[in-house]
Amino acid sequence: MTVCNSFVISGRYSKGLHDLVGPSAMNTSETLLMTSTTTSTTTSASISTTTAVPHPAPDLHFDTPAAKRLRRYRRFKDRLASVSVGMGGMSVIIAIMLIFIYLMYEVMPLFHAAKINPWQHQGQVVAPYARPGSDAPTWYLTAEEQAEVGLRVDTLGQAHFFDTRSGALLQQQSVGAEGSEPVAFALGSEALRSFALANADGSLTYAQHQYRVSYPNDVRHISPYIEYPYADADLQLAPQLGVVSQLAVRDSEERLLAVALDATGTLMATRFAKQINFITEEVEISSEHAAIAIDTRGVQQLLISPDARWLFVTRRSGGLTAVDLQEFSAPVVHPALQVTRGEITRTEFLLGGTSLLISDSLGVTQQWFLVRDAYNAYQLTRIRSFSDPTPTAVVALTTEHRRKGFVVAEQNGEVSLYSSTAHNRVLTQQLTEQGVAQIAMAPRANALLLEDGAGMISLWQVDNEHPEVSWSSLWQEVWYEGYDRPDYVWQSSASNDDFEPKYSLAPLAFGTLKAAFYAMLLATPLAICGAIYTAYFMAPALRTKIKPFIELMEALPTVILGFLAGLWLAPFIEDQLTSVFALLTLVPLGVLLFAYLWHNLPKSIRLQVPEGWDALLLIPVILLLSWLCLPLGEGIETWFFGGDMRGFITHDLGISFDQRNALVVGIAMGFAVIPTIFSITEDAIFSVPQSLSNGSLALGATPWQTLVGVVLPTASPAIFSAVMIGMGRAVGETMIVLMATGNTPIMDMNLFEGMRTLAANIAVEMPEAEVASSHFRILFLAALVLFSFTFVVNTVAELIRQRLRRKYGSL
Amino acid sequence: MKISVKAWVKTGQPWVWLTAGAVALNVIMVAGLLLLIAVRGLGHFWPADILAAGYIEQDGSLSQVVGEIADTKKDPASQLREAGISVPEGVELVRRDLLKVGNRDLSGSDFRWVLETGLQGVSYPEQLFVAERREWGNFYGYLRQLKQQDETVGSFESGEDAAAYEQLWSELQRRIERAEEISAKIKVIEKHEIGAVNAQFERLRLKTRRLQLSDSLTPADQADIAAARAALDLQYQGMQQRLVELYTQIGRDSLVAEVADGQRLEIPLSKIVHAYRPNAMSWLQKVLFYGAKLWEFMTDEPREANTEGGVFPAIFGTVMMVLLMAILVTPFGIIAAVYLREYAKQGPVTRLIRIAVNNLAGVPSIVYGVFGLGFFIYFLGGNIDQLFFAEALPAPTLGTPGLMWASLTLALLTLPVVIVATEEGLARIPRSLREGSLALGATKAETLWKVVLPMASPAMMTGVILAVARAAGEVAPLMLVGVVKLAPSLPLDGNYPFIHLDQKFMHLGFHIYDVGFQSPNVEAARPLVYATALLLVVVIVLLNLSAVAIRNRLREKYKALEH
Repeated sequence: MTVCNSFVISGRYSKGLHDLVGPSAMNTSETLLMTSTTTSTTTSASISTTTAVPHPAPDLHFDTPAAKRLRRYRRFKDRLASVSVGMGGMSVIIAIMLIFIYLMYEVMPLFHAAKINPWQHQGQVVAPYARPGSDAPTWYLTAEEQAEVGLRVDTLGQAHFFDTRSGALLQQQSVGAEGSEPVAFALGSEALRSFALANADGSLTYAQHQYRVSYPNDVRHISPYIEYPYADADLQLAPQLGVVSQLAVRDSEERLLAVALDATGTLMATRFAKQINFITEEVEISSEHAAIAIDTRGVQQLLISPDARWLFVTRRSGGLTAVDLQEFSAPVVHPALQVTRGEITRTEFLLGGTSLLISDSLGVTQQWFLVRDAYNAYQLTRIRSFSDPTPTAVVALTTEHRRKGFVVAEQNGEVSLYSSTAHNRVLTQQLTEQGVAQIAMAPRANALLLEDGAGMISLWQVDNEHPEVSWSSLWQEVWYEGYDRPDYVWQSSASNDDFEPKYSLAPLAFGTLKAAFYAMLLATPLAICGAIYTAYFMAPALRTKIKPFIELMEALPTVILGFLAGLWLAPFIEDQLTSVFALLTLVPLGVLLFAYLWHNLPKSIRLQVPEGWDALLLIPVILLLSWLCLPLGEGIETWFFGGDMRGFITHDLGISFDQRNALVVGIAMGFAVIPTIFSITEDAIFSVPQSLSNGSLALGATPWQTLVGVVLPTASPAIFSAVMIGMGRAVGETMIVLMATGNTPIMDMNLFEGMRTLAANIAVEMPEAEVASSHFRILFLAALVLFSFTFVVNTVAELIRQRLRRKYGSL
Repeated sequence: MKISVKAWVKTGQPWVWLTAGAVALNVIMVAGLLLLIAVRGLGHFWPADILAAGYIEQDGSLSQVVGEIADTKKDPASQLREAGISVPEGVELVRRDLLKVGNRDLSGSDFRWVLETGLQGVSYPEQLFVAERREWGNFYGYLRQLKQQDETVGSFESGEDAAAYEQLWSELQRRIERAEEISAKIKVIEKHEIGAVNAQFERLRLKTRRLQLSDSLTPADQADIAAARAALDLQYQGMQQRLVELYTQIGRDSLVAEVADGQRLEIPLSKIVHAYRPNAMSWLQKVLFYGAKLWEFMTDEPREANTEGGVFPAIFGTVMMVLLMAILVTPFGIIAAVYLREYAKQGPVTRLIRIAVNNLAGVPSIVYGVFGLGFFIYFLGGNIDQLFFAEALPAPTLGTPGLMWASLTLALLTLPVVIVATEEGLARIPRSLREGSLALGATKAETLWKVVLPMASPAMMTGVILAVARAAGEVAPLMLVGVVKLAPSLPLDGNYPFIHLDQKFMHLGFHIYDVGFQSPNVEAARPLVYATALLLVVVIVLLNLSAVAIRNRLREKYKALEH
């Protein structure tokens, strides 16, 4: 009966086992099974020996349909697990790669080359068309926001609005009063869409081209019209003037300044003031005139700065004169400058009206602006010059409406796009064989209108998203408008539209390294020394407590460190600056002094403290020293610095002092980095084989000699990698820097000034950056720089560490 | 036995002592930091005694000050004299106290410095009381009158019997309690009921828009929606009515109090959260009060631009975000580790991947934030909106920073932590165990599932706990992907779909940054920041200690197997 039972059990067991085992393992498992059944029989057989005949192996079938099904199911499960784990694992790894790829993907457009292609409209390339309207030459060509409607002002004073895609004339009207005979044209401002005409009768017409956008039936419809901001008022130029040959205007809301030159060489400035009568709402215009005494031979162009203070006169012979109109009735003429050896062909203001662009017959375009010198006087200064590889005379020049970029067309039909800030030639492309008469950029800088020498107008699609970014604008000194010298500046946004964005990553990278440097200055000695003692000299029982305690710091959120640094440490240091410096010098000295005294104590006392526990002795010593330092610092401050070390630093040493400075960041971030370095170094020193140091000690070296001569060299690659990893952490740390500095992007190694780091800059500016703008992408670039830097540093450190582990693993 | 300095230096002992000093300094720094946070954070809730004194101002006039001492400094007398402050002769150091005087609505600021030398007749009168208000910060003064709808129901003038004051005080407490009850009711209606109705309104609007977009808005639908809207309107009106009633009820009572300089101020009880008299409290009462304040801090919502009240929404947001992150990171981290350790062919490529994964832990967290913002929010979220939430456009649903993206970003950030810990656990499992299982005929998947993973589970736990600890303390990436200074509602509530993954949330770490650095009244908010920091530190230290404990237990467990 029991035998029977035991067989039932073993049979079930064997079936279960066979289910588990795949067919390939069948033979071995069968023998295994045999033995197991035999043993179970013998044990039960001892109870009822009468029936103890050698029992045949149970009749087992491994190929029953059920077993086959089970095997198939198990194989399927196994394969499914392999595939899904493989896929899951790979996808996680790919997701990690994705970070790098995505950052690259966002950054790449910054470095994409610009493109100019014929405009496509409804799938069709827009073919060149004859200039719409009259056949008179063009004075001015421009387009509205959407680049759908173009405007051509001809020499007869007719404004022709046309469809830029087909050349169909939409509207035609004469600018100003009927019958006025325009003799000179002046561009007011592209941004205000304003221009002016001087008429033969000595009057001035100031006009704006405007566009009304409506959406009847959800289709955009643009209707153009011409507006006269000075109403129908009669704007009369100075009566002394004959027929005007050159004109410049500048409108500053309530005032209009016009400067006109007549054929006889008389140069007159006229200032119109607009007053609106509150009752009748009539516009009243008053005007005053002033003569400007200047050599007017061969004047190429007149230009007035946006603040209406400066008049710039260029001469075809290459001369440039600045006239200061601050005292309107007594203009001050600055000495003429020779700009080029060639002939000046085109002159234009860059966006904002600060920079002058002067193009010449040699194919060079120069950027000039007024720079304030040491005596606070303005000097016109050449900032940069631009040219393409095959320069020919420049025949047309136009500026972008919203960026500091411009377009130059040359005699040979080549059109070049430039960015002034980046000192960058973005693109040069030959667009026509017929020569160029006029070019115009659409306000969004996405379309270019070109009238060639034969009077044919063509429309081009411009793909030029990020011209302001180049290697030089990111990493080198750039001479920005309004600065008195080239500089590294990060200033990404401002309130006005014609602001020149300053995207120099140099001050940010500098700030990052500065913060990391001061942090490492504190952290490296403390962490490495601490690790040496903990790993090599400390009693094992104490080590198991101290090590996790210091490592606990690593988990401390940096936001807490930053908060304490900014709100507690920074005021404390400002207050107790002398004490802090006293502490830095006194603590090591005090420790040494204590140690010396301790060694001179009688043995009976010294031996009370077991070996490897002496670090604990030092805790009260250091606390006492720190406590002593506070009054001591105050004393030193009173004796040497007149009671105010901060004032001494700022006034007597001339070093500027911020409350949240590099010292605070260094301490706080050093704090964050210590556990990282400590932990790795400690592991490395601890894992140096005991036999090495035992050998050294046996040869008679002191423990310190053994450490310096044997243990440290062995562990040095790992210590190096610990420092690298620590630095990687310091470089990327965001919250501490954000909270413990003033976040000013300056380039100065001063310990008492703050900095702005790449990481903090991202945290500050990313939420406000416009998606896909240059600013946005540059912040991505900053992230990519951080990513690559830390990744490379960490990888090198890790490789070194692995190598070391392999090398000493066998010892 | 005297050792000469030279001989002593020769032994190398000074250097050893210097390294010992470094360890001691490290320990002091960590302990000091924790202590600083603990003392400042816990001290905030203690009901400090309020001092009342006469104070001689710089111009020689006498004024009365009332307040609690918040900070104390010592200045050298010479410095003060230079600044034109008169200091009695023979005094070297002068104590300067920072008094929290409250009454911001009367005096303009919460704090003022007083010189020890100017204080006269310092006393701690028992009748002084503190009122925590819903606006204008704390009030310090003496209770003078209780009013019910402009009728005086009780009054007390100085010099009267102290028992009368007690009676008035207990009457005040009763009425504050009543106001508190009504205010709780108002909160329920305003936050929950009206919130629910608003959510339904919004759903109806989106439904209409969806139907419009798919050109299938039939008149029948329109009628349905209009009917639903009308019903909701009715509900809403009912609530409005109840609110108006409650507001009249809560506005019934007010108190009149006298401040230090004798001015009287009427404060409606609806504006008072607590009123207490620390000078009259016994030790035990103070302890109880302390406990209640601590509880309030953990469970209440912030008041007055986050500078007062509790941090419950921030705790809730942190926990929600971290939980979601753990749910995301655990399976993926474990699968990746299992793949690397058990399935992938071991070779240079695996080693390289392992190094890469290891190093991702060292990549600055802000980089993950940038990635999350660009890829998850603008790219993924933007496209999901176009596909599934077109009706809500142009208002983004998932194409804007929110809880889900924050969790996902942090999951990516903590992935290396889980992978590394799990791999370490897998590596520790002796080969013999796997071989035993395979020899018995188990497939690889079965070995993994039945033998390897259970044994590695403590390691995985360690990894997840470390990941959670890291995520809970990380702030920089969150600033880009979804954290806000004040979220109007919790990401988990009674409105469909109950968990609002698209909502922005509050976070303890960001709360510290925001209140400590962006708040208009940093000085007054500082103790609260310390308390928040303490809370965060405690959570993270506990998580880390548990991870360390689990790891140690695991190591002990398998040590025997290795030999």
